[in-house]
Amino acid sequence: MIDLGPHAAFIWAAYAIYAVVLAGLVGWLVWDGARIKAQLGELEARGVSRRSRAASKETPSS
Amino acid sequence: MTPSDVTSQQSLTQRLANPTRFMQLSGTLMPWLAGAAAALILYALYLAFFVAPEDYQQGQTVKIMFIHVPAAWLAMMGYALIAISSFGYLVFRHPLADVSAKAAAPIGAAFTFLALATGSLWGKPMWGTYWVWDARLTSMLILLFLYFGLIALRSAVEDEALAGKLCAVLGLVGVTILPIIKFSVDWWNTLHQPASVIRMDGPTIHPDLLWPLLVSAIGFSLLFFALHAKGMRNEILRRRLRSLTIAEVDRARGASAAAAAG
Repeated sequence: MIDLGPHAAFIWAAYAIYAVVLAGLVGWLVWDGARIKAQLGELEARGVSRRSRAASKETPSS
Repeated sequence: MTPSDVTSQQSLTQRLANPTRFMQLSGTLMPWLAGAAAALILYALYLAFFVAPEDYQQGQTVKIMFIHVPAAWLAMMGYALIAISSFGYLVFRHPLADVSAKAAAPIGAAFTFLALATGSLWGKPMWGTYWVWDARLTSMLILLFLYFGLIALRSAVEDEALAGKLCAVLGLVGVTILPIIKFSVDWWNTLHQPASVIRMDGPTIHPDLLWPLLVSAIGFSLLFFALHAKGMRNEILRRRLRSLTIAEVDRARGASAAAAAG
């Protein structure tokens, strides 16, 4: 274990808060993205899609 | 006119600001940004805990500096990004600028909270208190409230375009807090030390401590940009989802009206 002196608790607490907040932020962004993608997938499975994508499917050469 | 003709007539800014092109570009860049951020942060942690010496006055608590200072810089950079995006949205009316401002707010708020929390944990052993109402700390707290205000305002207004405009105005007005934060340690008497890295006459911090700090700052900056890109991608997809949902509801209403008429 690294010896951080008499104020080790403050140092570890600062790094722990950092890790928790950043992990939470990353987790929230990944979860949010996955949730929206799943909802978009459901809509597309029901045949609802963007006009540009629908148009490109109708005219593959364009 | 073919799509390629349209593309060739667009300026570089317009081409980069196209949401579909942004999705392609960010999809390619984001894993590299995240990977480089993770590698640099791990290297910075190694430097902080195994290479950097103790400070002659602050002892081992100087290790908090390696995360506190980047958080404070990124808290301010996040708001500067919001202000630039807000300007772009109000002047050029480009929706991607609004997407950028919206995505930056929670990330900036998180780094502002981290700057305050780690500063507080550094303050207790060094100053003898977790908090004082001095200019630097108070102006950082106001920055956190500004971030909260932007997030709350956006969720309070249902009309997305109106919410974007209101947040852009608040974003631009609020940017006055940045010079106040930066120069608070020069203008007023505070417990907080004056600037020791970004100074006209160069850094006053010893290179053995400066180097890990810069590695850490670059690593967390890359992380900020990766998170911002992810947030923007999410927001673009959310807007697509919203417009598709509205289109589906309109179609269903049209079909039921036609069936009733028939």
